[in-house]
Amino acid sequence: MTDATQTRHVPDRLNSRAARIFKSWEALLLAVAIAIFVINSFASPYFLSAWNLSDATFNFTEKAMIAFAMALLIISGEIDLSVASIIALASTAMGLALQYGAGTPELVIIGLTVGVLCGAFNGFFVTVLGLPSIVVTIGTMSLFRGISFIILGDDAFRGYPSSFSWFGQGYIYWVFTVEMLLFVIIAIIYGVLLHKTNFGRAVYAIGNNPTGALFSGIRVQRVKFVLFLLTGLMSGIAAICLTSRLGSTRPSIATGMELEVVTMVVLGGVNILGGSGTIPGVVIAAFVMGLVTFGLGLLNVPGIVMSIFIGLLLIGVIALPRLWAMASARRKS
Amino acid sequence: MTRFIPVRETILGGAILVLLLLISSRFAGFVAPSNLANVFNDTAPLIILALGQMVVILTRCIDLSVAANLALTGMAVAMINVAMPGLPIPVIIAIAVLLGAIMGAINGVLVWKLAIPPIVVTLGTMTIFRGIIFLISDGKWVNSHEMSPAFTDFPRMVLLGLPVLSWAAIITIILFGIMMARTQFGRSIFAVGGNPHAAVYTGIDVGRTQFWAFVVSGALAGLTGYLWVSRFAVAYVDIAGGFELEVVAACVIGGISIAGGVGSVGGAVLGAIFLGVVKNALPVVNISPFWQLAISGSAILIAVAFNARAGRTKGRIILKEAEATQ
Repeated sequence: MTDATQTRHVPDRLNSRAARIFKSWEALLLAVAIAIFVINSFASPYFLSAWNLSDATFNFTEKAMIAFAMALLIISGEIDLSVASIIALASTAMGLALQYGAGTPELVIIGLTVGVLCGAFNGFFVTVLGLPSIVVTIGTMSLFRGISFIILGDDAFRGYPSSFSWFGQGYIYWVFTVEMLLFVIIAIIYGVLLHKTNFGRAVYAIGNNPTGALFSGIRVQRVKFVLFLLTGLMSGIAAICLTSRLGSTRPSIATGMELEVVTMVVLGGVNILGGSGTIPGVVIAAFVMGLVTFGLGLLNVPGIVMSIFIGLLLIGVIALPRLWAMASARRKS
Repeated sequence: MTRFIPVRETILGGAILVLLLLISSRFAGFVAPSNLANVFNDTAPLIILALGQMVVILTRCIDLSVAANLALTGMAVAMINVAMPGLPIPVIIAIAVLLGAIMGAINGVLVWKLAIPPIVVTLGTMTIFRGIIFLISDGKWVNSHEMSPAFTDFPRMVLLGLPVLSWAAIITIILFGIMMARTQFGRSIFAVGGNPHAAVYTGIDVGRTQFWAFVVSGALAGLTGYLWVSRFAVAYVDIAGGFELEVVAACVIGGISIAGGVGSVGGAVLGAIFLGVVKNALPVVNISPFWQLAISGSAILIAVAFNARAGRTKGRIILKEAEATQ
């Protein structure tokens, strides 16, 4: 929001490829992840167990699925704060369908459809009416969850079929869960989409300079609309996993998850103002957050205190590099 | 003409009147003066917070930590009251305002000195403040019987026919009306939000103005924290949970542009009153209070779509703003 006067330095020589990778945000994050892993395994004797670690992945797989789509959206310069409410609405719709005797395939279709429709609703307001995404999604954040509250009140939907529980509670092989498989597949899809396709290049171009992107022939509004659809779709998938794992739907489901998703994306090195960021970064950030919350959980730290760490992490990861840059600039002058 | 009759405020005021007429056609008691005074009193915290939020949004920032700030200050003063029941109320209020201002200053420094986007800063401090409430209270409640009578009675005290809580809102409205129109700080807030580059050239420090905007918002959140806790006579971790959205909603409905620089004290107050009337009317017209959330969400969307349309027809575009698309 504030425009600092930027001075451009022209380097004498570029850093070598190895040095660039070594100094990258992702490398730093990976080091942090390994450090947390090592600290945790010393801090609690229960940490290094295959089953415990498998359980720990539930901490982040659902959030990470949304985070991948959110990463693209934030790189393009928009944001979606309604993702947790989309989960609530999709979950409520599935619960409602259940009352009318829907089976597992119908539930999945309904969950995905509601997610995509919510994404389209956000996308319509942002790209067709040209409104700022932050206000629109603060509005839909209330609206979507509000509809869940209207339908459910303080009630809950229960009694999902046992075949439906496969998504959130099933195992593919040994300790590897269905959600883990989904996480890996989605990570690969988004990694390829962002880093290897024209669409991905367009996302970066829009984030860096929407006007320039428009003049170079990119359909800016259409790309943004697709990104909102994708975020909605991912929230739908997350809703299926979460509902299946919990086995019930309350209107307060996934409250505050949007914050953790945004934190994950920012921690992964995505610039909150748009234009830069990578999918591998978000993947590592997902592991960092999962390991931190799991490790603190093993040490009996209550959830709300953990959220202090998440908040500090969110501000810290942005503040530290800036403090570092300010300090080094002062040293040079 | 539009200079003297602000269009947005008139439309919003008209909408509120129509709403009141519709309700009174079936429930005449709702528009009785005593009931309207109750509605205003109930909306007072929202009005105070909306004015603080308005200042922040005008400078192109947003403060999502107000509700957490309110809850933390409320818990702190409640615990101080339990520990030292003899402490006079003015001291308690001073502590609340100061605590709130300090929390606002933390947001402000991060935005000013480190240039971190305000939404990230306040999302972060929102969770941190809530976590700290849990840390200082151990998750316990402070109940009415633990608070001193002076502490809980103050916002209910009636002066000239209105409770102190209502007066707090009225005084805040008057002070903000003067501040925004008549002081250097008020004008620089509009300048910073309207065009930060031009503001720099006129000698206004953009970052410093944003910092003080956050301090103002924080101080009001602190004041509301005391009023809230003493009015409801209970303090716990989750009080005013999600209230920050209602505050932003009041501002957006009141025509304050999230892009900064456009908005008025009257708009913010009317936006808050609109939400307050809806909230208080729902039980009267026999609609489940669970509708409240969806209604305020729809109101945000309608208001922002409407205001964007109204803003577009204004004036002749000479130079298409390049920075607006950034």
